[in-house]
Amino acid sequence: MGRAVNEASARFKLGDRVKVKFEDRPGHLRTPWYIRGKSGWVERVYGEFLNPESLAFGHNGLPKKILYLVAFNQTDVWYDAAKSRDKILVDIYEHWLEPTGGDAP
Amino acid sequence: MSDQTEEHGHDHPKHELSHYAKRIYAIRDLLIEKGIITEKDIQCQIDYQEARTPANGAKLVARAWIDPAFKARFIADPKTACAELDIDATAINEFVVLENTPKVRHMVVCTLCSCYPRPILGRPPDWYKSFNYRQRSVVDPRGVMREFGLEPADDVEVRVHDSTADIRYLVLPLRPANTEGLKEEDLAKLVTRDSLIGVMDPLTVLPE
Amino acid sequence: MARGHHDVGGLPGVGEINQTEHQLSDWEVLADAVNQALGVRGIKRTDELRRAREEMDSAAYHDLSYYERWIVSMEAILIEKKILTKDEIDKKLAQFETKWGEP
Repeated sequence: MGRAVNEASARFKLGDRVKVKFEDRPGHLRTPWYIRGKSGWVERVYGEFLNPESLAFGHNGLPKKILYLVAFNQTDVWYDAAKSRDKILVDIYEHWLEPTGGDAP
Repeated sequence: MSDQTEEHGHDHPKHELSHYAKRIYAIRDLLIEKGIITEKDIQCQIDYQEARTPANGAKLVARAWIDPAFKARFIADPKTACAELDIDATAINEFVVLENTPKVRHMVVCTLCSCYPRPILGRPPDWYKSFNYRQRSVVDPRGVMREFGLEPADDVEVRVHDSTADIRYLVLPLRPANTEGLKEEDLAKLVTRDSLIGVMDPLTVLPE
Repeated sequence: MARGHHDVGGLPGVGEINQTEHQLSDWEVLADAVNQALGVRGIKRTDELRRAREEMDSAAYHDLSYYERWIVSMEAILIEKKILTKDEIDKKLAQFETKWGEP
């Protein structure tokens, strides 16, 4: 599924636990506020896409960024979510993700 | 100045339009005068959009229900599977099919704007673009589904996809029970647009 | 840090979804088509228009209808790219309004 991705160039692979960076900056950002700082896991590696943060200002979108489908437990996203196995899945670019450290809660 | 837009849809007397509604006529004329776009470009897009309706999605799903090999192709490479049924999905950058099962229901939203598989289904419904749906679907998908008549059991996993990038998602709904005898074109009638977005299951009986 | 007015996932305070649908008015069909035509001609990228909507006045973002927001953002990008000016749009609109006649 998706474009072929050079294994060596993708930082994360299927199943990796990742955390969405809790950061903000001016510009056109496609990482929703509610998911920033939350932890989930990689479900799909979609491959390389032009960077919307660059395209939004008339630039060429390079370098391309790797896009991932990241899954989260609802109960890990909303502090008051009812207990369930429900999930939220968000398409997130690699530069918004970091590995979850061993010490993360 | 030209005023020759093909009349489609619901027409208000122009002087009653809001300020921004009126402005598009001025913008259109100026763009044509300056050779940025042409009348033909505009008409082409109107025609392109009108040719795209949820019937395309229904056709794909009905075929997938009847033909397991097609279903496998549809899930593995949706754009190519669309071409098999003469559905032009080429404008979609990346197309992903989300298969519902007895234990999984998918729902699709774009919280940041209104991303939707337009080249397949046409324009999204007003409610899909509403602040309400964009706000609630990620935090209360079951509440949203309930409003559309769907109440998955507790042991069913609800998976909400927030379509934030170039991926366009289409839900492949579960084939309703007791439909073994239906012809493909009748099965397609059970597949509503809203079941392709995932807020409801397909119909269980043919509509009148 | 502050979330953009467009970044609404999870915000509280809304009731039932209004499922009524409206048939598009001519001006909405036109806005949709002009937007698509500009894309096909390579004049603008979708992300530019999204960014323009994120940058627009927040009150307007909430008050205007979907296609009105599209028109606002299309105008902003066309002006930013120096393809059109606000002045010439205003003047053209004034000509239209004379033709359409105010009651």
